[in-house]
Amino acid sequence: MASVTFDHVFKKFGEVIAVNDLNIQIEDKEFLVLVGPSGCGKTTALRSLAGLEEISSGEIRIGDRVVNDVAPKDRDIAMVFQSYALYPHLSVYDNMAFGLKLRKTPKEEIKRRVNEAADILGIQELLDRKPRQLSGGQRQRVAVGRAIVREPKVFLFDEPLSNLDAKLRVQMRAEISKLHQRLQTTFIYVTHDQTEAMTMATRIAVINKGVLQQLDTPQNLYDHPNNLFVAGFIGSPAMNFFRGKLRKDGAKLLFDAGDFSIALPAAKSTSYEPHAGKDVIFGIRPENVHDAEFVPMNIATEKVMAKVDVTELMGNEIFLYLMSGNNTFVARVDPRSQLRVGQQAAVAFDMENLHLFDATTEQAIR
Amino acid sequence: MAASQANSNIGMSGKRKRKQASPNPPVPQIMKQGAFVPWLYLLPALAVMTFFIVYPMINTIGLSFMNSDGTASAATTCRDGQPCWGVFENYRYALTDEFNTSSPAALWKSFWSSSYGNTIKWIVVMVFGTVTVGLAFAVLADRVKYEALAKAVLFMPMAISFVGAGVIWKFVYDYGTSQTQIGLLNSIITSLGGRPVAWLSTIPINTFMIVIVGIWIWSGFCMTILAAALKSVPDEIIEAARVDGAAEWTVFWKIIVPIILPTITVVVTTMVINVLKLFDLVYVMTGGNFKTDVIANRMYTEMYKNFNVGRGTAVAVILVVAIIPFIYLNIKRFLEQEASR
Repeated sequence: MASVTFDHVFKKFGEVIAVNDLNIQIEDKEFLVLVGPSGCGKTTALRSLAGLEEISSGEIRIGDRVVNDVAPKDRDIAMVFQSYALYPHLSVYDNMAFGLKLRKTPKEEIKRRVNEAADILGIQELLDRKPRQLSGGQRQRVAVGRAIVREPKVFLFDEPLSNLDAKLRVQMRAEISKLHQRLQTTFIYVTHDQTEAMTMATRIAVINKGVLQQLDTPQNLYDHPNNLFVAGFIGSPAMNFFRGKLRKDGAKLLFDAGDFSIALPAAKSTSYEPHAGKDVIFGIRPENVHDAEFVPMNIATEKVMAKVDVTELMGNEIFLYLMSGNNTFVARVDPRSQLRVGQQAAVAFDMENLHLFDATTEQAIR
Repeated sequence: MAASQANSNIGMSGKRKRKQASPNPPVPQIMKQGAFVPWLYLLPALAVMTFFIVYPMINTIGLSFMNSDGTASAATTCRDGQPCWGVFENYRYALTDEFNTSSPAALWKSFWSSSYGNTIKWIVVMVFGTVTVGLAFAVLADRVKYEALAKAVLFMPMAISFVGAGVIWKFVYDYGTSQTQIGLLNSIITSLGGRPVAWLSTIPINTFMIVIVGIWIWSGFCMTILAAALKSVPDEIIEAARVDGAAEWTVFWKIIVPIILPTITVVVTTMVINVLKLFDLVYVMTGGNFKTDVIANRMYTEMYKNFNVGRGTAVAVILVVAIIPFIYLNIKRFLEQEASR
């Protein structure tokens, strides 16, 4: 168990800066998820921590120890790879025991730990098999088991679920969360799937183009994204964005998208005021766009007219794909909604949950 | 469409053909003969191979039971008062003539200076040498910047004919009776104050000196095949082992070598076959003299120097029999490898 610190870490591959001034303080026992689109540098950051990449500058610490020049084998970490990376010539048991044998752990102790891990993961009956005789999900478990038996200070996961089918992925997600609670160890998990990040993390670090965009708890990230990228990346379906101008109309502030304009809540006018007259981006999540007929009580809304383009019935809700002028956006509305394709409809924006971004800096205006 | 259907019928057995029930478009009658057509296409190759391999082989076996010019049974060459195996007389000669059976110690000694003993030395030292050096080259070349260039250079000896290589190394090993040593190795030794060595006529090092030439030539071949196998070991597995606590040496022995073991086995058996057939280096460098003879050179000597067709073919048959198990192993390995894909 240990904290992990990225201190002004840079990693360059020739001209390409894969990791750009990364600063993260990961607490002991935390489940930190590094999330971002492919090629954003999150895997490079993880591999640097594992010692599989040398960083160009900065400092990586595990606990209080600077590990920049420490070989992977001496970092006391365990890693689960995307391809599972099981040793094909060894049985499941020997795959899991490999690291312990190298550390000259007594045979009895190895046996105890491997059996315990196999119990936790439900792979007892697979111990004698070779990796090629296992299914994807089973291989995944063995890879996790191989990490567990080592009892390392830090667990690293590099997109461990991306090779599994959707159903298994959901199941393994829950199991990894459970494992984290059980082991009480620092977990660092890389994924491009924001759902995985949201469901498992205690904190999420959103990375784009090598730069840390925001580091916060899942809920805060969802409710208060720092910038346009985070707002668009976290949440599914993604947040709706409208480009337009912030216009002052007497005492009121209006967002003017061209095809429609809506009044912004007075409570936020102090922070919005300085941006009056400038280009802004208005963001609202699909669940905050309601069918005007079925608006929940006690929320302040603004109505916008839009044409229904596509409807998707999900059972518990309906996804509406709407068009207003050149803007297309999505709404998740009450399943009782009677709106049908081609109709001109009134939808209500929940003004408590709007997001406003500076169009040039793309930073949130709060 | 018509063309593709016709094509698929050519190479396929009748089983496949029957699946294509549609009579339309029409297929020429001869193409439909699933049992016959494949043979038709195999015929040229079979004819050539029969004429150049099967017939000579049968003929060779026949000749090995005949006298020196193939005119009478080998039994007629037996001499009174000498051991005689009758029609197998040439085999008696091939298998026992080099050995001194007066005592176990003499037998042991004569065995190791015979063509059989030397061939075993060749197999052990050369196969071990080429595979080890080839593997080392493969691993190291994998880690240098100009990998392709390094590999090309290491592969170059393979492009030299064995006779050429033999001549080159004869110069390297040259031993001058006068003061001046034109041999590279001896001039190095004498310039360092040592005494020159007659590398190719000093028993028993001379055999090993020729083996070194073999290693020099064949290591590049082993490297190429082993390098391909090394490349197929996924990086993530090696990284997993490193994170698991393995040092580079452990990664190599415990992870990489076991994973590429099937390839190593194929290289080993291929090299054993190559070494068993090896003739040219010995022929060029010592002519089999100074107790450096090997089975393949002995076959040549009997056949074309002594003009004893019976004895030459008997040695040839023994050589083929010795090679067959390794060819079998190689094919078996290959089939297993294909099956596991």
